[in-house]
Amino acid sequence: MAAQGPHEDSTRHPRSAAGGESREAILRVFRGDPRGGEAKEYKVPVGPGMVVLDAIHHIQGYFAPDLACRWNCKAAKCGSCSAEVNGRPRLMCKTRLDEFAEGEIITVYPLRSFPLIKDLVTDVSRNFEVNKRIPPFAPKPSTEWRMQQPDVDRVQEFRKCIECFLCQDVCHVIRNHNKLGEFAGPRFFVRSACLEMHPLDGLNRTRFLKEEAGLGYCNITKCCTEVCPEDIHITDNAIIPLKERVVSEFYSPLGWLRRKLAGK
Amino acid sequence: MENYETHRHDVLVIGAGGAGLRAAIEAKSQGASVGLVCKSLLGKAHTVMAEGGIAAAMANIDPQDDWRTHCADTLRGGVYVNNWRMAQLHAQEAPDRVRELEQWGALFDRTDDGRILQRAFGGHKYRRLVHVGDRTGLELIRTVQDRAVQLGVDVYMECTVTHLFKEDGRIAGALAYWRESGRFVLFPAKAIVIATGGAGKSYKITSNSWEYSGNGQAIAFEIGAELMDMEFVQFHPTGMVWPPGVRGLLVTESVRGDGGLLKNSKGERFMFKHTPERYKGQIADTEAEAEKWLTEIREGRPITARKPPELLPRDIVARAIYNEVKEGRGSEHDGVYLDISHMPAEYVKRKLPSMYMQFKELADVDITAQPMEIGPTMHYMMGGIRVDGDTQSTNVPGLYAAGEAAAGLHGANRLGGNSLSDLIVFGRRAGLYAAEYARGAKEGKIADASVDEAQKKLLAPFDRKKGPTPYEVHRELQDIMTGHVGIFRNEIDLQTGIRKLQDLREKAKTGSVDGGRQYNPGWHLARDLVTMITVSEAIARSALLRKESRGGHARTDYPKLEDAFAKTNFVAVRDGETVKVEGRPLPEWPEEIKKLMEEKK
Repeated sequence: MAAQGPHEDSTRHPRSAAGGESREAILRVFRGDPRGGEAKEYKVPVGPGMVVLDAIHHIQGYFAPDLACRWNCKAAKCGSCSAEVNGRPRLMCKTRLDEFAEGEIITVYPLRSFPLIKDLVTDVSRNFEVNKRIPPFAPKPSTEWRMQQPDVDRVQEFRKCIECFLCQDVCHVIRNHNKLGEFAGPRFFVRSACLEMHPLDGLNRTRFLKEEAGLGYCNITKCCTEVCPEDIHITDNAIIPLKERVVSEFYSPLGWLRRKLAGK
Repeated sequence: MENYETHRHDVLVIGAGGAGLRAAIEAKSQGASVGLVCKSLLGKAHTVMAEGGIAAAMANIDPQDDWRTHCADTLRGGVYVNNWRMAQLHAQEAPDRVRELEQWGALFDRTDDGRILQRAFGGHKYRRLVHVGDRTGLELIRTVQDRAVQLGVDVYMECTVTHLFKEDGRIAGALAYWRESGRFVLFPAKAIVIATGGAGKSYKITSNSWEYSGNGQAIAFEIGAELMDMEFVQFHPTGMVWPPGVRGLLVTESVRGDGGLLKNSKGERFMFKHTPERYKGQIADTEAEAEKWLTEIREGRPITARKPPELLPRDIVARAIYNEVKEGRGSEHDGVYLDISHMPAEYVKRKLPSMYMQFKELADVDITAQPMEIGPTMHYMMGGIRVDGDTQSTNVPGLYAAGEAAAGLHGANRLGGNSLSDLIVFGRRAGLYAAEYARGAKEGKIADASVDEAQKKLLAPFDRKKGPTPYEVHRELQDIMTGHVGIFRNEIDLQTGIRKLQDLREKAKTGSVDGGRQYNPGWHLARDLVTMITVSEAIARSALLRKESRGGHARTDYPKLEDAFAKTNFVAVRDGETVKVEGRPLPEWPEEIKKLMEEKK
């Protein structure tokens, strides 16, 4: 395994901000591309409050300038720096180094449900393709644009989504069964719920959810909810209510009759 | 020359934040074929980080509000060197642009009677900011992103534009590389809209992300566009200061808008000492009056008291904080205290959910019970590409600019909330007029030799095996800008800074990069440094010429507003390899604006 930068100049190194004795974190970061790769070890000085993304930036700045990773806001608002830290899908900007024991090795891998591009960067483009198929917002005719806050609150929970795709990454339907495409995944159930529950939306997306988005594949294991950095109750508040809508429309005798009468 | 992809469009929009997306939507709605290029994934642009709200005089809370008051507030906040026409259009059109977002699916916070709720902010006379808690930018970008996708705009993600091309003096297209593969892609286009945001990454302490490299300004400058008002750099008063990893991260102005107080280490509310004459009519001069305002806000009542001085415009608050720290009244980590813990915990969590999480998770501070430590952070550039106020066209035919990349609306200092409204008002206008121009234009031819030369420049760092790494050069640039062209400036510092920037430009030319072309951040930074240094030089040289203190430009050697500079905008133009700055007369205000400024004191 390669170690830290071979010719690095110690005078260029920022010292631990705490002063006095300095602590080091040991990171094993995946380096490689679709042809192959392996984890490489880097030792990074730890300052107060440091997060994994700070450590990755330190590695780029001093040891490995070509280490690929995505990031933007550094404040858990953009959802760019998703990775698997010690096997768990997380935002690197929100993962503090001081939550690991001293000397504990911190592994950083790319999201494994998506094709690898390089190092920590994966090809998430299929998520954007799935998104395009969701029938867009369609306001009811002659809408007055008045809404009550409690009705809006329910949908605002879903609109907090920062599209980090950690839920897509952890979902076994995508991760183990490679169904992204015929299965839209938790992120896009959240987006569909957003539209379905919008107080002024006039469209019905249940047929889309059942037949094109593969909602039935979800067997509510709640893994998506557990990894969501925005604490959106994906399963309870988005997926289950959508499943209920599908059931009442397609599998209840009343729904069947209603559809017959409406000629759908 | 290697093979490269080619994608043709009537209108090419560079940058997919609020302004770029809004421009793309408009151009597409006009029937143009539209390409939208962005450096990150779609939806990650800087707009997503905006917190406080969209300023629009909808008068939902304070019925006295109207566009004329908003326009006057914008000109006063900008210390009177704004493009008056942009200030007028912006104030007139923002409410319609907000209603349009709602019709595209945005869900803003509501009043009791179901209308859009508006909050108080610095420099705005009335409660004016349309918002969603403290994540308004996310709501805005998601709404326009979904709309653009729905309309079928072609999006090129993780693609960096590096050169613009002209033919016969008109815009002809752009060259870019895919970040993923490092391969080149050519975009012949009849019209181009620059919506690439600012250049905060030239500074060490900033709320800006890596994307803010002044790319759009620099590539436009390269082909003859002018950069105006570059000396006006906004240091946001409230960035996090501790721990070090989050230093500079934004703490929304909504904290103060919703009742937050600024205090120094002695517990004094020092902002009472800093109200300038032009704000005396709007700002409380006693704690009792400020307290009354707070109670009215908390209870959602009509406002009768003047606002607390914490809600002065950002330039004034940032300098006051800087001085408190410098004079020894700062907090433990060289900031001051921002405290909202006197408000009910539930109110704080509902109004400021992401601030609550940000401090709890990254700084171990519970803002419902403890004060925050904050200090100034480089946040925004009032300056940018000089444009026509109505059409957003530049002096290069076929080239348009909007949002932070363009100059004019904000003058010497931007009011909080006026950025998100800027994006949707002038993003739309840029898209509209770019599409109109493209209808009457024929596609220009881009010479193979120009493309070849541009590609060679980009690949040159790979051929140098020795030389400074881009990260090293970047650290140096940040030291220069922070040390010599920071929140307070003077003649000697600026002269030194300019000299160091010139040396750094030469040093950057000797830089090398490791690794290959595939997703290589070091190589990407090497290119970004070129644009950052150009923009930094324009900032420093403009700052040297403005021998006064106005808005975001403060000189210790010229600490006052000077009449001699009250009617001048400084404009940077390209002069060979260097940046030349010249003064231009500010357009005279028409009677209508003079009258409005008199009435809306």
